Amino acid sequence: MSGTSTHRNLLIKLLMGAVAMFAFAIFVLPPLYDLFCEVTGIGGKTGGAYTASEITIDTSRNVEVQFVATNNATMPWDFYPTEHKVFVHPGESREITFFARNKTGRDMVAQAIPNVLPNNAADYFHKTECFCFNNQPLAAGEQAELAVVFVLDPDLPISVNTVTLSYTLFDITDRVPMQVSQIQ
Amino acid sequence: MLKRAKALFLGLLSLASLLFAGGVSAESATRQLNMPQGVTEVSQAAYDIHMIMIWICTVIGVLVFGFMFYIMYAHRKSRGVTAEHFHENLLVEVLWTVIPALILIVMAVPATTALLKVYDTENPDIDIKVTGYQWKWQYEYIGEGVKFMSELRTSQDEIYGREPKGEHYLREVTQPLVIPTNKKVRFLITGNDVIHSWWVPDFGVKRDAVPGLFTAAWAKTDQPGTYVGECTELCGSGHAFMPVVVEVKEEAEYDAWLAGKKEEAAGYASTIGKQWTFDELMVKGEEVYGRSCAGCHQTNGEGIPGVFPALKDSPIALGPPAGHIGILINGVAGTSMQSFAEQLSEVEIAAVVHYERNAWGNDVGDIVQPIDVLNFKQSQ
Amino acid sequence: MAHGPSQNFFSRWLFSTNHKDIGTLYLWFSFAMFLLGGAFAMVIRAELFQPGMQLIKPEFFVQMTTMHGLVMVFGAIMPAFVGLANWMIPMMIGAPDMALPRMNNLSFWILPFAFAILTSTLFMEGGGPNFGWTFYAPLSTTYAPDTVNYFIFGVHIMGASSIMGSINIIATVMNMRAPGMTYMKMPMFVWTWVITAFLLVAVMPVLAGAVTMMLMDINFGTSFFDAAGGGDPVLFQHVFWFFGHPEVYIIILPAFGVVSQIIPTFSRKPLFGYSSMVYATASIAFLSFIVWAHHMFTVGMPIAGELYFMYATMLIAVPTGVKVFNWITTMYKGALTFETPMLFSIAFVILFTFGGFTGMMLSIAAADTQYHDTYFVVAHFHYVMVAGAVFSGTAAVYYWLPKWCGRMYDETMGKVQFWIAFIAFNITFMPQHFLGLAGMPRRYSDYGLQFADWNMVSSIGAFLYGGAQLLFLYNVIRTIGWGKPISDPQVWEGAQGLEWTLPTPAPFHTFSTPPVIK
Repeated sequence: MSGTSTHRNLLIKLLMGAVAMFAFAIFVLPPLYDLFCEVTGIGGKTGGAYTASEITIDTSRNVEVQFVATNNATMPWDFYPTEHKVFVHPGESREITFFARNKTGRDMVAQAIPNVLPNNAADYFHKTECFCFNNQPLAAGEQAELAVVFVLDPDLPISVNTVTLSYTLFDITDRVPMQVSQIQ
Repeated sequence: MLKRAKALFLGLLSLASLLFAGGVSAESATRQLNMPQGVTEVSQAAYDIHMIMIWICTVIGVLVFGFMFYIMYAHRKSRGVTAEHFHENLLVEVLWTVIPALILIVMAVPATTALLKVYDTENPDIDIKVTGYQWKWQYEYIGEGVKFMSELRTSQDEIYGREPKGEHYLREVTQPLVIPTNKKVRFLITGNDVIHSWWVPDFGVKRDAVPGLFTAAWAKTDQPGTYVGECTELCGSGHAFMPVVVEVKEEAEYDAWLAGKKEEAAGYASTIGKQWTFDELMVKGEEVYGRSCAGCHQTNGEGIPGVFPALKDSPIALGPPAGHIGILINGVAGTSMQSFAEQLSEVEIAAVVHYERNAWGNDVGDIVQPIDVLNFKQSQ
Repeated sequence: MAHGPSQNFFSRWLFSTNHKDIGTLYLWFSFAMFLLGGAFAMVIRAELFQPGMQLIKPEFFVQMTTMHGLVMVFGAIMPAFVGLANWMIPMMIGAPDMALPRMNNLSFWILPFAFAILTSTLFMEGGGPNFGWTFYAPLSTTYAPDTVNYFIFGVHIMGASSIMGSINIIATVMNMRAPGMTYMKMPMFVWTWVITAFLLVAVMPVLAGAVTMMLMDINFGTSFFDAAGGGDPVLFQHVFWFFGHPEVYIIILPAFGVVSQIIPTFSRKPLFGYSSMVYATASIAFLSFIVWAHHMFTVGMPIAGELYFMYATMLIAVPTGVKVFNWITTMYKGALTFETPMLFSIAFVILFTFGGFTGMMLSIAAADTQYHDTYFVVAHFHYVMVAGAVFSGTAAVYYWLPKWCGRMYDETMGKVQFWIAFIAFNITFMPQHFLGLAGMPRRYSDYGLQFADWNMVSSIGAFLYGGAQLLFLYNVIRTIGWGKPISDPQVWEGAQGLEWTLPTPAPFHTFSTPPVIK
């Protein structure tokens, strides 16, 4: 058949297209999604550590910040905020703590995943220090006060009067060695 | 042929009228055909936009299908017509692109306002954290120190037809969520294991409960009553068995209820030391087992091979009590066997462990006391 | 090229590179899968006949809903249209065969293995996939039964099959059209299939990517979808629906093509607005890539995202409306007759449009808060999947079967089947709208007493609908074996197109010399 080489060319091009889409799904979509989340505050994810710059404190506003703690699935630790809410002025730096206690008889490692609600506040919630930046090992029976230092951006949308910061605590004891060689 | 077309038309008409009849009279739950109007601003907004859409679709449908049925009647070959051959007309083609587009733009306005209502979660009076578990809900009144599990109360016997089904079959829970009237309640929704979805139709609230993620929804109503909802995201085999029940109480009544809850939490610690008898524990244990365990491990304790392990003759149930208690307290990672430390009280854990060790021909014969559970928790 | 099919049964079917034989294989395979998926549906409807668990356990119930969805989407509907494409596209564009005949053989023969693997998980310890055909993480990863690895392998194989099949179709249409067959002269069925094939090449790899990420999360400790390791379960839903929404159009576009062939034939009038039909199909395909998150309105997206996906989704109504108007105007001032294929096509237009209406309602995010994951959605997508894809597939078989085998089907039996199917379909799925609006979520193995009446009605309709399919099977077998022989190339009075210039039954090799198109 005369068309064989044309067919083969087309076949190769289309196969390459398919492979490209496969790679797109695995290597492009997840980072793209993370980026998208950070920009839009989807899932209320907050960015990494924030380096404080000169910001003025807006004493005209008093914003309520709530703290919520949740244990995921089989996480047996005690985990709760030491105070349930604070009032802060935008621009003011504030430290709060969460209490954690490993009630079990084995050494464990936990990872806290933060969330900020409402979504449109996530961009304006800056953490200068947070226990969620690292995983948290606690020996059997050990307890700790885990600190978060945060600043609300003075540009926080005026409609926002309450911000909720919540942490979900995951048991990652089994996957800590994996974390080093993790693909993502 | 004509008769057939007529029958078709009448059939569709009656089906359509059935659909809309529900809009007028939704007297009883069993005969409900349409979306409930509900008792909040959000549910009302959803209902209104739903009805707008139904009417727009009905008008378009009547026009389009009407024209189609006319063609099927008038331009049939059996009436001796000959086919024409036109196959283009720019004007009508532009018109039927532009007009629907305009209708859509008009529809977008109420659709947008309704959505803004759904998202208006600012300035709540009360915050309640809702956590989805396989297969129950946990409610936590943030800042109040009150939290509890809410799980299905319908027995396995009713589900499997060994007992007649009660009036509230699959619509009853051990402890409903309680909220006051005329207060803006914000729900912070998250998942513990897999994704669930918390739905109360009468509030117009449905939000996915994703592990590691929080989403918000809100409700404010002036109508006291009991409202039933469901889990709407497939979360495993117990998906159909974790209803949501919300009781809306007048404010004073709510305050009293909350105060009682706080007292209960404070007073509980003193009851742990009580020594229970073998039979007391069996009775209590059977009740807890039926509610929290039988969904997977089955009423007869035989489990489902390959999915849920049997407890009857299991080495764990027949072994030392500490191992058995340990599994309930810590769960088994990566399986549906979650940690029950937060979900069941020490008394309940002791009772159910005791029951499992002494039911279905398992007869270890020892007694597991609540204090054993407490000691285990503190020692591990 | 003059030789006929191999006389040896095994070498004819196992090693076939003939587009007609492979088309036949695809069609029989898809019908077998249709019956299997249908059997799963019967189990589901039998259990839901009354409240309470009567026949099966909830664990098995969720496996049934999952397998029903997977088998119907990937095993029945998609291969059915690939089979039709194999049979008809070369005959419609004047080509002697598909462009890549050996790959054609391979892309079919790996399919039965994929489904054998998938179905065998039902008999393994731990049971089959129990996480729904949308397999959301972490239910399908951390919490899945061990057999999930077989499921992933099966999805990979059927993905490969689909990609090869669509590459073949694209190559055939782009390179092998008869002289004079310009793109804008191609029959609508060919057009819709080319667009579908491009969609498949674009999104089947994304599905493969999604299951590959699952595989790595389950077995190799990555955390694409696991929040504990910095991943996100919601990412899975985005990736899945990035595939899943185009997938919906992959299923329905060839159905549009079939109906666009049949309605002109029985109206004895050319298709109205051919070029707008082509553009509408292309716009639907394009829009399918930018609306995916309307499946996730309750996941808690920021309002801006929700508004965008709502508006974009509403837009789909425009090109879809154009198609419906074109079909109706094709019938306008024609000379209509109502043979079985035409009846199925008209029912397609009516019921698909009804499904489109509920689709528009679903696009309104605020109302979707109430509809999402209820039986209203189940009703909606069965109106477009069953009354859309399955009805048009049935119409296609009745329409082309006489050309394929040179025998006429029994018209009365065809019409009886149509009326049973049409009525039973509506008895099954119309009440599901009411169930959903009244608050019954989908994938429920048991329900409260307030839903009992309509569930019973729906189950009765489903059994009846299942029965109609057996009648269909009987009618097809009867036609092939004992139907009235016909030899007129022009099987239908008003049919246009190259396939009707060929002898009846279509010989093993056709268009060995390309026809000339005026």
